[in-house]
This record gives sequence, C-alpha cells and structure tokens, in this order.
Amino acid sequence: MVQSLDEAYELLAQDRNNVILGGLLWIKMGRKQYQTGIDLSGLGLNAISETEDSIHIGCMTTLRQMEISPLLLQWFGPLFSDAFKGIVGVQFRNLATLGGSVYSRFGFSDVITALTALDTQVRLYRAGVVTLSKFLNMDQKRDILEKVIIKKQVTQTSFQTLRKSATDFSILSVATSLCKGNWKIAAGARPSMAILAENAAGLLSPEPDEKTIKAALDRVVNELSFGTDQRAGAGYRKLLAGVLVKRGIEAICR
Amino acid sequence: MQITCRINNREFIREIEPDLLLIDFVRSLGFKSVKRGCDTSNCGLCTVWVDEKPVLSCSVLAARVNHRIVTTLEGLEEEAKAVGRFLAKEGAEQCGFCSPGLIMNILAMKKEFKTPTTDDIKQYLAGNLCRCSGYESQLRAIEKYFDLEGKNQ
Amino acid sequence: MKTVNQGIEKIDAMSLLTGKAVYTDDLALENCLVVKVLRSPHAFAKIKDIDLTDAMKIEGMECILTYRDVPNKRFTMAGQSYPEPSPYDRLILDRMVRYVGDPMAIAAGTSEKAVDKALKLIHVSYDLLDPVLDPDKALDHKSIIHPEADYHVNGDIGNEVKRNLCASGEFSAGDVENEFSRCCVIVDRVYHTKANNQAMMETHRSFSYPDHAGRLVICSSTQIPFHVRRIAATALDIPKSRIRVIKPKVGGGFGAKQTLVSELFPALVTMKTGKPAKMVFDRSETFTASTSRHEMKIRVRIGADKAGHILAIQMDTLSNTGAYGEHGPTTVGLSGHKAMSLYNRAKAVQFTYKVVYTNTMSAGAYRGYGATQGTFALESAVNELSDLLSMDPLQLRLKNILKSGDTVAAYYGETINSCPLPACIQKGREMIGWDRKFPFRKISPTRIRAVGAAIAMQGSGIPDIDRASARVEVQEGGFYTLMIGAADMGTGCDTILAQMAAESLGCDMDKIVVSSVDTDASPYDTGSYASSTTYVTGMAVVKACEELKRKIEAKGIYPALSASATHSSPVSPPPFMAGFSEIEMDLETGETKVVEFVGVVDCGTPINPSLARVQTEGGIVQGIGMALYEDISYNPKGKMTRDSFMQYKIPSRLDVGRVRVEFESSYEPTGPFGAKSIGEVVINTPSPAIAHAIHNAAGIYLRKLPMTAETIFMTLKEQKTAWPSVLKN
Ligand SMILES: Cc1cc2nc3c(=O)[nH]c(=O)nc-3n(C[C@H](O)[C@H](O)[C@H](O)COP(=O)(O)OP(=O)(O)OC[C@H]3O[C@@H](n4cnc5c(N)ncnc54)[C@H](O)[C@@H]3O)c2cc1C
Ligand code: FES
Ligand code: FES
Repeated sequence: MVQSLDEAYELLAQDRNNVILGGLLWIKMGRKQYQTGIDLSGLGLNAISETEDSIHIGCMTTLRQMEISPLLLQWFGPLFSDAFKGIVGVQFRNLATLGGSVYSRFGFSDVITALTALDTQVRLYRAGVVTLSKFLNMDQKRDILEKVIIKKQVTQTSFQTLRKSATDFSILSVATSLCKGNWKIAAGARPSMAILAENAAGLLSPEPDEKTIKAALDRVVNELSFGTDQRAGAGYRKLLAGVLVKRGIEAICR
Repeated sequence: MQITCRINNREFIREIEPDLLLIDFVRSLGFKSVKRGCDTSNCGLCTVWVDEKPVLSCSVLAARVNHRIVTTLEGLEEEAKAVGRFLAKEGAEQCGFCSPGLIMNILAMKKEFKTPTTDDIKQYLAGNLCRCSGYESQLRAIEKYFDLEGKNQ
Repeated sequence: MKTVNQGIEKIDAMSLLTGKAVYTDDLALENCLVVKVLRSPHAFAKIKDIDLTDAMKIEGMECILTYRDVPNKRFTMAGQSYPEPSPYDRLILDRMVRYVGDPMAIAAGTSEKAVDKALKLIHVSYDLLDPVLDPDKALDHKSIIHPEADYHVNGDIGNEVKRNLCASGEFSAGDVENEFSRCCVIVDRVYHTKANNQAMMETHRSFSYPDHAGRLVICSSTQIPFHVRRIAATALDIPKSRIRVIKPKVGGGFGAKQTLVSELFPALVTMKTGKPAKMVFDRSETFTASTSRHEMKIRVRIGADKAGHILAIQMDTLSNTGAYGEHGPTTVGLSGHKAMSLYNRAKAVQFTYKVVYTNTMSAGAYRGYGATQGTFALESAVNELSDLLSMDPLQLRLKNILKSGDTVAAYYGETINSCPLPACIQKGREMIGWDRKFPFRKISPTRIRAVGAAIAMQGSGIPDIDRASARVEVQEGGFYTLMIGAADMGTGCDTILAQMAAESLGCDMDKIVVSSVDTDASPYDTGSYASSTTYVTGMAVVKACEELKRKIEAKGIYPALSASATHSSPVSPPPFMAGFSEIEMDLETGETKVVEFVGVVDCGTPINPSLARVQTEGGIVQGIGMALYEDISYNPKGKMTRDSFMQYKIPSRLDVGRVRVEFESSYEPTGPFGAKSIGEVVINTPSPAIAHAIHNAAGIYLRKLPMTAETIFMTLKEQKTAWPSVLKN
C-alpha cells in the first residue's frame, strides 16, 4: 500500500510489470504475473464529495457506493443505480472501483456510458484534468486516474440497456440526459466504447415533438457506428439503438 | 509479507504471499464453508464479509484485509441456522454448494433492508448463482424468513 | 403413509447450510501434489515431440507425464454398465489430440505456482491436421478422427469409424409412407439444438492416495463410484480390486459427473509417485474439457388426417458426439424413442439416426439425455401441426397421446401402467389460464404476452441394466444403518431412500443412518443417472427392509441382524410432464422473458413432495436457460468461444419469472411405494413450450436454439407478413 500518489506513480513508472490495483476484478482474470501491485486504498480516494460546482468521486470509490449515494441521486436521478444494477451482483459492486472501470476503457462499460451523458472530467496524476471524452481517446500512456469530477447541475437522466440475461454485459446501453435545455445521448457497448451522438442531440429541443424525435433517431443510427461480437450483430445493434434512444428521450420528457 | 486480521472474532497473524487471494487464505485456515464456483467473479459462492460488507473472496487479495475484519459462515453459526431452517423446510438446498455464499449475502441484505420486497431480494441476491434449485424455493424461504424477522421486531 | 410422500427435510440439510466441510476439496489431504493438465491448443493434431527439460527444472515439480507414460489400453470414460455401448476411443494421454482442450501432459508438483510455471515451459511440436468442425460435413470427411488400429466397440452400434460414424441405427413400426399418403397435413422440418454445459456449481475434482495396503484410493465428486472403479482399473491397467472409490457430498452433477473427467489424472500421478495428488478443474476447464449435451439436428415429419389424428411420425437425428463417443450411441436413441412414444395413437413411426465424430469437445450426459433434444423437435412440430389444422394444440395432444394400458412399440414394446398425462394437461391448462391467454394478449402497443405448451416423458432407469443393492442392519440401541451405493449429488436421494426405509420398517427417520458411498463398504450400484435412483435403488431398499422385517419377526430384533437385496427392473416406467410457458415479448427489440412457467408432473408417488418440487423448479429453469441463451459455440479454429460464466450465461434469479409446479400423481405398481423417477423429465418442456409461445406472440417459428432477442427480432423483421395478426389488435 502506497502512502502518496507520487509514490504510486514512481512505482508505476519504474517497471512495466507494476500495476495499479482497483477492485482487482478484471486484473485477476488475466494470466499475467505482475511484479508489484500498487494499492491506493490508503489515500482516502474512496469517497464521494462535493464542492461549490462539482461532485468529486475518488478512484477507489466502489460502484455500490455510487449506486446508493444520495448525493448522486439528488443531482442526476437514478442514473447510476439503473446503470449499475446489472453488473454481476452486490458483492461484485462492493469491490469494483470507479477508477478501474473508467481507466480500463471497456467498450461494454455501463459505467462509461452513464458518465458520458453527464458533464464529466477525470483527473489524472500526470495529464491533469481532462474531459472524459478526451481521456477515452488519449494515447494510453501509463497514468493514474485520481478521481472523476462531474459538474453539479440538476440533470434529468435515463439509462436504457438490453441484455441477453439480467447480469450479462449490455448488448447496447444508452444514457440520455437533459440539463438546462441541452440533451446528451451516449451509446455504449456498440460494442465499442461509449460515445456521444452529438448531432442527434443537437436536433432536440427541450420539449421535442414526435417529428423532431424521429429526426434525431434517424440521425443517431447514422452518426454512430455499430459492430458485431459474440453478443449481437451490427445490424441488430443499429436497430436497437433507435429504440433505446427513443425510450430514453421519452422517459425524460414524460 | 505479514498480515494481521480478525476472522470470525479471532485474531490471525500470518506470513503470506502478496498474491494470495482471500478465499485461499480463509480456506487454508480451515474456514471451508467458503466455496469457489468460477474464475471470473460471477458466481457469488465465495461471498464473505470484509468489515461487514459482502464481497467476493475470490477477488480480494489477502494482503488487503490487513487490519480488517473478515466474517465467514463459520462465524455466523446461529444466524446461519436461523436462515437455514427456512431453506431446509423448502428443500431449497439441493447440492448445497451455493448455500454458504447465499446465506452470507442474505444476512448482509438483512442489515440493509428490514422488509425487502421480492424485487429487492432478487436484485440483492442476483450475484448468487444456483444451478440446482431454480431459485423459487430459495425465494419462498427467504420471504418467510423476513416475514418472521419482521414480526419479531 | 408416515414418512413416504411427506416433505421431510433433507437429512444433511443443516450440515450443508452451515457450511460444514463435506465436499471433495474440503476433505483432501493437505499434502497432496497439485495436478494440472497441459491441453491442446489445436483442434486436430499429432504430437511430434514433447520436450520436458525446461519444465522439469522448476523447483517443486514432481513429475510430468506424457503419452509415453500411460498404459496403452483404450477405454471409454462414459459411466455405463459393462460392456459399455460407448466406443473405446480414449487413452489417458494420446499422441493424437482431437479437440482444443484434449490433454497432452499431466504435471504434478508441490505448489500450484510451480506447476503453472512448468506448464508454460513444456515445449510441444505438432503435425497439424485438418479438423472436422461441422457435424454436417463429418461423415466421410477426408480427415478421420479415430484412425487408430486399437479402436474398439463392444457390440453392434452401427459404427463405421473410418467414416467418422460413431453410431447409427433405425427403428420402425408400421408403414410410414403409406400412412403419410393418407395424411391431409404434414409438417416436415429440421430442428437444431446446441450443445449445453451442465454448469453444476462444483467443478470436477478428485484426489487420490495410496492406502496402507498399497491400494489406490480415489476420492471423487462423481455420480458413478462403481463405474469409476472399473474404468480406472482398465485405464490404469491394474486390477479392480486394487482401487477403492469414495464419494463425498457432491456439488451438483446433472450428468456431467456420469463420465470420468478429473479422476484419472491424479490417480495416474499417485500410481507413478506413490504420493497423494489432487486435481481441481477450474471453471474454464469445466467448460472446455469435460462433456456437454449432444448437439442435434433432428428432422421431423409428422402427418395427420383432417380430424387431427396423427397417423405417422418420422424422425431422423444427426447427433454430434464431438471428439470422443461418450454416451454418443445411447443419448441419440432417446431423441427418437422418448419423443415419439408420447403419440402412441400414430399408426406408423420411423426413427433413423447417425452419431458423428467432430473435432469439438466430447459430448456426454446431461439431464434429459437426448430426450430433451427430441422433445424440442417433436413437440415443436406438433405445435406447428396444430397450427396447420387450426386446432387447439392441447386438444390435438389429448387426441393422440398414449394412455395407461397402452403397449408402446416405440417404447421398446413396454406396457404403460400409469399415465395421467391428460390430467396433467388439464391441470396445467387451468393453472396458466390457457383459455383466457391463448394464443396472445396485447398488453401495450409494444408488448405482447403469449402462452405455449409442450409435453414430455422420460424413463426410470435402464431396464435390465441398472442394478442396485441395499443393505440394512440393526445397530445397538435400536437404530438402523442403511448402506447404499447410489450417489446423492444434491438430488436428495440419501433422504428419499431413508424415507423409504423408515416407512418400510415402521420407524422414525432419525432411526435411519445413511452411509455415503465407499466402494469398499457400500453395496454395488450402477450409479445415479438415467433417473434410476428413486425407482431402482428405492426398490432395492424396500426389498432389503421387507427381508429384515421378516427376520425380525422370526428371530426378534438384535444388533447385527441385517438384510440385503438387489434390484434391477425389466421395465422403465416413464414419468410424464406437461409444461406451459407464458412469455412477454417486447416487439420493438425482440426481448422475450418468461413471466411464468407452469409444470405439472407425474412421477408416480412423490416420495418427498418438497424435494420433487425443487427438482422440477430447477429443471425448468435449466430448460429456460437452454431455450433462451445457453449456447456452446466454436470459432473457426475449433476453440470454444464461451468458457466462463461471464460469457456462457446461466439464468440468475432475475431471469426467471414465476415457476409453479403441481403433481398429478399416479401409482406405478413396479416402483417403490408407487414411485417413478423425476430428475430428468423436468428439463424437457421449456424449450418447445417457449418456442410455441414465441410463435403465438409473433407468428414466427424458431427451430434453432437458443432463441435470443436478436434472432427473434431479426426473424420478425424478415417475416413481417406473418405478423399482422399481432399488429391489428
Ligand atoms: C464478470 C464481469 C462482469 C462485468 N460486467 C460488467 C457490466 O455488465 N457492465 C460494466 O460496466 N462493467 C462490467 N464489468 C467491469 C467491472 O464493472 C469493472 O469495471 C472492472 O472489473 C474493473 O474494475 P476494477 O475496480 O475491478 O479494476 P481492476 O481490475 O483492479 O483494474 C482494471 C484496470 O484498471 C487499472 N486501474 C485501476 N484503477 C486505476 C486507477 N485509479 N488509475 C489507473 N489505472 C487504474 C488497473 O491497473 C487495470 O489495468 C464486469 C467485469 C467482470 C469481471
Ligand atoms: S468464486 Fe465465483 S465469484 Fe468468487
Ligand atoms: S443448491 Fe446446488 S447450486 Fe444451489
């Protein structure tokens, strides 16, 4: 267990075979033998706190903590509990960390889909504060994700997902949000990583009529790309995207 | 490395390998109720409590429970029997291999919910797989257990 | 009756529920060598050389064994009575590797880390061969999967190994073509069921050690302790008397443990080193290197006259046994016989089959054992037939199914003593609310609910082959020990057999002590499979108790007074079930959930209704998984693509709606207290009943499993024409 982030980074930089330990759930499946596991548990990075204009979530915060956080509920509605409830089970989510979930940049990640629909930044030890989308597209230099920062503004949200079985990975996940008249539509598990459908969201007014929604849906399926993996084909995902986005928008308008 | 922890109210000081997993650690100390059913953190059979929270012992480094409190089913014999009686009445334990993990999580749920709904129960226990029972008998037993617990309060 | 037909708690309930150390790995000696296996990365190859020099340098390695170290005697790992119908096509380690996962070397060392390291340092060179991955192309493929000269079959199973044909055969009664010519409607379709994994929670595991007399003790999580003894003796080339097998509590089996899977690896290590050795399969090995359900493609032709009398049924099954023939020749038979027998009013039936080898993991036994696959095919075809006839599918069944007293040609000429299937159908119809709900109800503009139904049968043991014995003995203080060789694998048979003993002897349950299986001490039993335990072993228990009672009456009761009995049944009375599903389908996404499943079962007298209920609920839920998402598939190189619970999903408790079970009891005169079996029949109805409900919801017939949201949706899109009835509402 390290005493500071400086120490952690030093260790990380020292050896390719040193690794930051999040909740360990993904790391432990790998066959890889690591030299040193760098444990951030002792750095007080496992809390959700607020400042004047934002909410800070430390990288060691568990998915379960976020799911039952009154603070997150108050600002963003049940977005996180809806997004996380299909992730294996409570015991799993008591371990899985926000840092590990974001840093690993999984295409299937419900966590990243949910965060993408909010005004989210991440704070990295080396690269500093960057927006989530910038982080997701950065070269994967070795760094430490210290915390996630979400702008504190009341946001209406909806999380839609389809799974083969209740605790499987999403075949497609869609997080939709409306904040101060601005829509965000994030689609993940396409099966590649979550991304915003910016053009489609741009077409939507705060209270869109059926025609506008229809136009936005057409835009969504054209502006995003979809692929095929074990869980579903690109064609199906594309059709599904229209449905889930529609449901997301309707859930918020209602 | 050396760790110190309390397991089922007993203090253990042990020399361990840094990559030892909690499940193998507690089993090596004789707490054999803790079972392993998968390699991918999916089954919930290995559920124990660390600082009173249910976690998957297959996915926790033993090194991380240094100075913490670990509870396995062996440490909850009375509570386990209380839940167990309801499960036994329904015949819900078939092979029984999933039972320790399930009971650990039922008891964890009891700390968060006084009177869980059917939906709460299914959600909370979704990470506890069982291949034998089809879950229905477990649900009957758990609902009856909470009914009674509710009345006792 | 005082104890029989009572929902008595399992005798081992509290030790299981409080987590006592009772399973194989809990009991293993601390100083066991850790045994692991190096597995083939290729689907089909011949090993040129295995170099162990680097691997053996690792500290802590005890031995690494290769094909050079194993007895050269072919055998089958299928847990069946001798002479096994499965071909002798295995060695413990072979030079030829036939699927991705086939063992190539057995490594044993003092720690897991050492063994893992050593495995990585074993260097193997291969001659790669062209694998056969598609069962449709297996027959007469240019690659011959078993070219070996010492390949052996025990009897006539229609084997032509040089054609990759593991088994074939045919059966007919009446003149089908003639009957088809009289039919006014004929359904002729191919149904495809995939391989599934049994997915019991306790993976394969065993440990072995030499005893004081130098005999080999194998302690294993198995359904077939006595077959393990015989097969291990053959495979290791030592006398059977030199082996003792112990079976502790088993964490589920469902057929997976009716085949030897882990046992021979530590056993061979113990034999070579004289040391205790243990092997625990991880989950991925359990998926990729054990046995699965047989994938089957079944063509069904079924025809009826205008009034809905089924005149002819023809079934043709192609079964994929994978790289080895375990249970291949036998499972396939059930796909025809245990399906067609349901429709005994048919004038003519014909069943033909082929079982082919491919370079995929060997199939084996899984609950239902071929009947599950056949039931999906035939019951789906019957539902299609009802549609063509515009006849209520339940009515169609009531018109055509077998009845008590029938002699059933397709069921090996057996006469059926007890068949309350019509009552099962009636009860299920009421429970699900068929008359209100059939075929569908629209519950919102995008959601629809629909019902579907299917019936099924199974057997109760293998006639004249399954053999069980039991021994009861009076002990000091007036209690009894009941010695049995049947393997409780979580099914509760220890309890059920104790109930029968208590009932026969007229004593309380706590006066009966049941021993767990040890081949040195327990009386012989072929094992717990083929739904045999309650029916066959149960009868042995009853006979032994009756005998003991006679002795007590004659001589009075005193310790050491005992009686033994053996039983084998000339018949295999089928249990029956009617299954009804109600699904909810999201028309915009194809997502389909089972909101309710009703099962009405006839298992004769349920010896323990609460355990029978849980057996049924568990079987139904496994069946739901099979219907909707469980799917073993291979990539183009022959590697299994779903080898964990992360990829191969089994139902969680959120995935099943309500499951409701009732019994429509009959009395089977040849069974103990009127009992038949229950363990397997319960998995057979979900797939066809759910496929039927999907049809009723959306007008599409899905003939291949699993039926995922994607397939439903994409099929819907293609077949919009079949759909307007739904949209009109
Ligand atoms: C069986 C299974 C099912 C899952 N299902 C879902 C699902 O349905 N939906 C979903 O969204 N997710 C799912 N996940 C992913 C899961 O939620 C976690 O995101 C994942 O396990 C990683 O979290 P962790 O805390 O365990 O990270 P770890 O496994 O500990 O780490 C993952 C990676 O991140 C690095 N890392 C960790 N913390 C930091 C940090 N602070 N800074 C820099 N690098 C760091 C590690 O070095 C490692 O490379 C699943 C995972 C598993 C194993
Ligand atoms: S062993 Fe399966 S979740 Fe821990
Ligand atoms: S009782 Fe066997 S897995 Fe649950």
